[in-house]
Amino acid sequence: MKSIPLQSRLPRTLRIAQVRKETDMVTTFMLPISLGSLPGQFLMLWLPGRDEIPMSIALDDGENLQVTFFAVGDMTQALAKLKAGDLVGIRGPFGTSYAWEKKQHLALVAGGYGAAPMFFAASKAAQDGCTLDVIIGARSREHLLYQQSFASLPRTTVHIATDDGSEGHKGYNVTVLAELLSSGVKFDQIFACGPERMLVAVSDLAAKEGTKCLLSLERYMKCGYGLCGNCTVDPLGIRLCTEGPVVEGSLARQIAEFGKYHRDELGRKHPF
Amino acid sequence: MKLTQTVHGVTFENPTVLASGIWGITAASWRRAAEAGGAGGITTKSIWLHEHKGHPNPTIISTEHWTLNAVGVPDAGPEKAREEMAAYMINKPAPLILNIIAESVENYGKTAEALLPMKPDFLEVNISCPNVEDEFGKPFACSAPAAGAVTKAVKAVAGKTPVFIKLSPNALSIAEIAIACAKEGADGFTVINTVGPGMAIDLRSRMPILSNKVGGMSGPAIKPIAVRCIADVYAATEGKLPIIGTGGVHTGEDAIELMLAGASLIGIGTAISTRGFDVFKKVAAEMQEWGEREGVEDLEELVGGMHEEMRRRAVIAK
Ligand SMILES: Cc1cc2nc3c(=O)[nH]c(=O)nc-3n(C[C@H](O)[C@H](O)[C@H](O)COP(=O)(O)OP(=O)(O)OC[C@H]3O[C@@H](n4cnc5c(N)ncnc54)[C@H](O)[C@@H]3O)c2cc1C
Ligand SMILES: Cc1cc2nc3c(=O)[nH]c(=O)nc-3n(C[C@H](O)[C@H](O)[C@H](O)COP(=O)(O)O)c2cc1C
Ligand code: FES
Repeated sequence: MKSIPLQSRLPRTLRIAQVRKETDMVTTFMLPISLGSLPGQFLMLWLPGRDEIPMSIALDDGENLQVTFFAVGDMTQALAKLKAGDLVGIRGPFGTSYAWEKKQHLALVAGGYGAAPMFFAASKAAQDGCTLDVIIGARSREHLLYQQSFASLPRTTVHIATDDGSEGHKGYNVTVLAELLSSGVKFDQIFACGPERMLVAVSDLAAKEGTKCLLSLERYMKCGYGLCGNCTVDPLGIRLCTEGPVVEGSLARQIAEFGKYHRDELGRKHPF
Repeated sequence: MKLTQTVHGVTFENPTVLASGIWGITAASWRRAAEAGGAGGITTKSIWLHEHKGHPNPTIISTEHWTLNAVGVPDAGPEKAREEMAAYMINKPAPLILNIIAESVENYGKTAEALLPMKPDFLEVNISCPNVEDEFGKPFACSAPAAGAVTKAVKAVAGKTPVFIKLSPNALSIAEIAIACAKEGADGFTVINTVGPGMAIDLRSRMPILSNKVGGMSGPAIKPIAVRCIADVYAATEGKLPIIGTGGVHTGEDAIELMLAGASLIGIGTAISTRGFDVFKKVAAEMQEWGEREGVEDLEELVGGMHEEMRRRAVIAK
């Protein structure tokens, strides 16, 4: 019976080892545990008595695990107030992951907190001798995430795009990707994680170039292991918690709601 | 062995049915469960007359033995349900069972009325959800008069659509509830909904894991309870009303056991998260294999087989 280990479906609580403030809005937790996770996979993060939400794994080095999050609503704001030594629960890892072959040339496109899982992929791919072009996008320079961490990896070029031009290219990170491609750079694969419209733009470029791309898609999640159906997408009916979040661009392009709408906890549609 | 089952004139390619609330949110998931997953039939999640908020996460947790869920029957109401059902009805790949829920006898009737124009093959009436007990007191499924009243209200508007009442294993006497529903014209039963509720506590935080504290139990551990309840309902109604046996089914042999207890169709829910979305195909193939090995030609001869065998042996003993 091929499936994720079942004990991963019950949260275990542990104390946060370290809290790092990345920006005003963004916090990273270091947790003293390894789930044996792969880049692109996610976990369900539980704050007892409050809520449980999906969160990408930003690093799992065999001893410690890291998550990075934006304080956008009730739960993430409550999480942002936690300190080292506070208890959180985790269950996982869930879902599909990024995959590459040794020594490939990869483009990694990261928008917002997408930089966190992208860093996990980058650090592992760098160990496999891959050459990396990382394109980080943010509103402005103070919102850039993981910039130094990416820069410390071997054979890695970091490109920056900010909406206000306070650092790097003024505009979208996808424009930087398009420029790299039109200047003749050939990538074996393109990975992207960030706002869904960014993913649509990346998949359009990749399709035009005939380059394989892997995208991380997010939907409202409850169970995380394929039971509730809350994360299924139209019209394929695939569950993004188990058959995603990382999907091939060609599959994403068969999803009618890709870049258009997502469903809430009641199953109601909301446009992006 | 012939796997096709015809119940109240509706033909199911195989006896497996997607249980209510699992994957039951969109037409796309129903279609996939039927087409690629091999489900003989599909049940919608429970639909309310008005939008109904569920409980906050964590809502679903599992070990290999059990799953606890306290999703709280979230639903956007009939309008969204109609949209999804209409999408499924275009080249309908397998029969559709519409599951409804309400907080009052009157609203059971109204919900049925609001959705019957979509022409579901069966109507399944969830009177047994342990997740909504706190809001509305005891579930209807634990009181024979209440269960009878709901059946009557739904039958009054159901016309030709067969009405299945979904029963709770938590009733003191499930047989008594079944008899009360049968008297009011129930056409069949779905047996069982989740057991309990149960609770799980995190040791370090000393907190209940589910935000709702308690949740209905499903999965492998509840199969013996399902088998007993099906046998009780079958005996109480003398095998005259078809039963959709549900609870803990993971393999073809599990399904056959429920059929011997009295089930004509087999609901599968939790197993989708351990054996995959094509668990229906797998279970049907395992039933087929078993039947061939045992020389059973038609599934129908298994339905209620335990009761028949006990009668036969009692006769021989005399
Ligand atoms: C696979 C996956 C990986 C994610 N990784 C990260 C990450 O690494 N860092 C990060 O900051 N955020 C991540 N998110 C998003 C994160 O889960 C939401 O920001 C969080 O749930 C917001 O909760 P809230 O109570 O603070 O805000 P709310 O005000 O409750 O919600 C804000 C938005 O978050 C979304 N959301 C709320 N609950 C859920 C849920 N259970 N499942 C999915 N979306 C939800 C809703 O669409 C809502 O619009 C990820 C989401 C998914 C599905
Ligand atoms: C996550 C989840 C949601 C459920 N939602 C509903 C529901 O909306 N209506 C209903 O009648 N039963 C609901 N059930 C109960 C199932 O339909 C089924 O009766 C029960 O889970 C036992 O079968 P199983 O062990 O195969 O899962 C739900 C069960 C689970 C696990
Ligand atoms: S989150 Fe429950 S099936 Fe994906």
